[in-house]
Amino acid sequence: MITLLEARHIDKRFGGLKALSDVSLTIGKGEIYGLIGPNGAGKTTLFNVLSGAYAPDGGEFVFNGAALPSAKPHLVVAQGIARTFQNIRLFRELTALENVMAGHHIRTKASVFGILVQNKRTREEERLTTERAYELLKYVGIERFATVTAKSLSYGDQRRLEIARALATEPRLLALDEPAAGMNATETAQLKLLIEQIRRDGITVLLIEHDVKLVMGLCDRVAVLDFGCKIAEGIPSVVQTDEAVINAYLGGGCRYEH
Amino acid sequence: MNELASAVPWLGRRNPQAARWLIVIVAIAAPLVAVLFGRTWVRVLDFALLYVMLALGLNLVVGFAGLLDLGYIAFYAVGAYTAAFLASPHFGVHLPFWIVLPVAAGCAALAGIMLGFPVLRLRGDYLAIVTLGFGEIVRIFLNNLNYPVNITNGPQGINTLDPLVLFGWDLSRNLEITENLSINSLFLYYYFFLACVAGSIVFIQRLQVSRVGRAWAAMRDDELAAKAIGINTRNLKLLAFSLGATFGGVAGGLFGAFQGFVSPESFSLMESIAVLTMVVFGGMGNVAGAIVGALILSALPEILRHLAVPLQQTLFGTVLLDPEVLRMLLLSLAMILMMLLKPAGLIPAHARYSHVEHLKRHGVSR
Repeated sequence: MITLLEARHIDKRFGGLKALSDVSLTIGKGEIYGLIGPNGAGKTTLFNVLSGAYAPDGGEFVFNGAALPSAKPHLVVAQGIARTFQNIRLFRELTALENVMAGHHIRTKASVFGILVQNKRTREEERLTTERAYELLKYVGIERFATVTAKSLSYGDQRRLEIARALATEPRLLALDEPAAGMNATETAQLKLLIEQIRRDGITVLLIEHDVKLVMGLCDRVAVLDFGCKIAEGIPSVVQTDEAVINAYLGGGCRYEH
Repeated sequence: MNELASAVPWLGRRNPQAARWLIVIVAIAAPLVAVLFGRTWVRVLDFALLYVMLALGLNLVVGFAGLLDLGYIAFYAVGAYTAAFLASPHFGVHLPFWIVLPVAAGCAALAGIMLGFPVLRLRGDYLAIVTLGFGEIVRIFLNNLNYPVNITNGPQGINTLDPLVLFGWDLSRNLEITENLSINSLFLYYYFFLACVAGSIVFIQRLQVSRVGRAWAAMRDDELAAKAIGINTRNLKLLAFSLGATFGGVAGGLFGAFQGFVSPESFSLMESIAVLTMVVFGGMGNVAGAIVGALILSALPEILRHLAVPLQQTLFGTVLLDPEVLRMLLLSLAMILMMLLKPAGLIPAHARYSHVEHLKRHGVSR
């Protein structure tokens, strides 16, 4: 397994609360890696530290052999890590197409001067951005809503649009924060197909998810967080039977041992 | 232009091409009609165009990038005073206008960045308060920088600015075509300002439909998400402040040369609010809205001044309400009605940030 992302002893505190303590993970190239754990276990915090929204209090991420800049979201994206949000965060007043085009911002270069004079490079870049955004909408299956504002899309389509926008940044690692939350069974099945397709296209996927069936059917490996600590890691079928994991989900069995 | 054309009532939807021509014809013919009612009306139009430019610049900051700026008039002041320093007897410097205007724009842009840096982390109300303070600081500086070294000449302001001279052509003198026929200077200014406004519109619309415009809109709609897709919000905010300020600076430079006189009282907080009102009244985030808002609200006080007194005298025999009082009354009333009936402004923004034409072969249309 070739390592793509390595988390080394990540610590994150919020005041007196230890949100993450000494979390280490290794994600291989081309994997679908699941991150599960009860509510408040620190999964989203890990995402936020990874994507540069927060600076860690200790430890570092190594991506593709180089340390990731901390607390510089735009540099993290430039390195090839894209994320989605647990509570959908789209650009509501922009159309679906424009949302995805905005996602391509970091891979384009036109300057204000180029935009002012509309030179050939700028026009060509703009045309390519439009084309690519449309292809991505097709890829996630919502191209018929290209010119509809994001706020008027249905919930499931908004989730898909967020994935398309993240893909527009041309990531090597796509971090999805509970993509199936609030979806019905059909939508979840479609989402599973989409994530598998993304992996086939060479993008590594890091997935936070509560839907156990989805995680077990999709992930190559999973890690379990509880109270900010990694308590298990491995292939889903083994982790599922791990005693610490069962205790974490069913409520600290060890504390009630007689 | 398309946005403006589709905003024309009735015709805009049915025949945008015709609407476009209608706008061009109206823009060109406006002073010719206005002069029938007296020269002052052409002057009113000249000022209206300056306000259009200010509203366009402020719309870029507030409407596109979502940064509420209550001190925008400060950039207008920086532009006007730069023009005054570089082309008036005050320092004895008389640079040609084609140097003065870019320098005025540049100074305003610099002021925009200076304001931008400390407020990078602020949003909404907090940003509004700091920008409001900035606007007042600039005005107070202009008011008091006449001692110990006289820089701004204090509250008296600076007099006799050089008129606008383009390649030896003095716009402040009437253009004599034949002995009997001459074009009044006010018309010359009008058409020059019109050209500047047209240029601004083209520039702003190009910015809007570009990676920069989309990134601004993204930042406005959700800053955290914008960061998460790799948008460098710091640079884009500074860019918005400095570009917005540039338009203010250009308008200020034009104002100085046109008026021939600058003083701190032209740049009060009320002016900032007036420009913001124009943007909000017309429709925030929308070029057509900013233009229409600026035209209506800059012409309104003048119309009142000329209509209110005679109208009241014929109706009641005396003047019950002073035009100035009436103006504030009507403006407040208009804003309240606006917020109740059309909260998105006269022309609500259906701003486009992409060229969907590129996707014609996929059968995509707007």
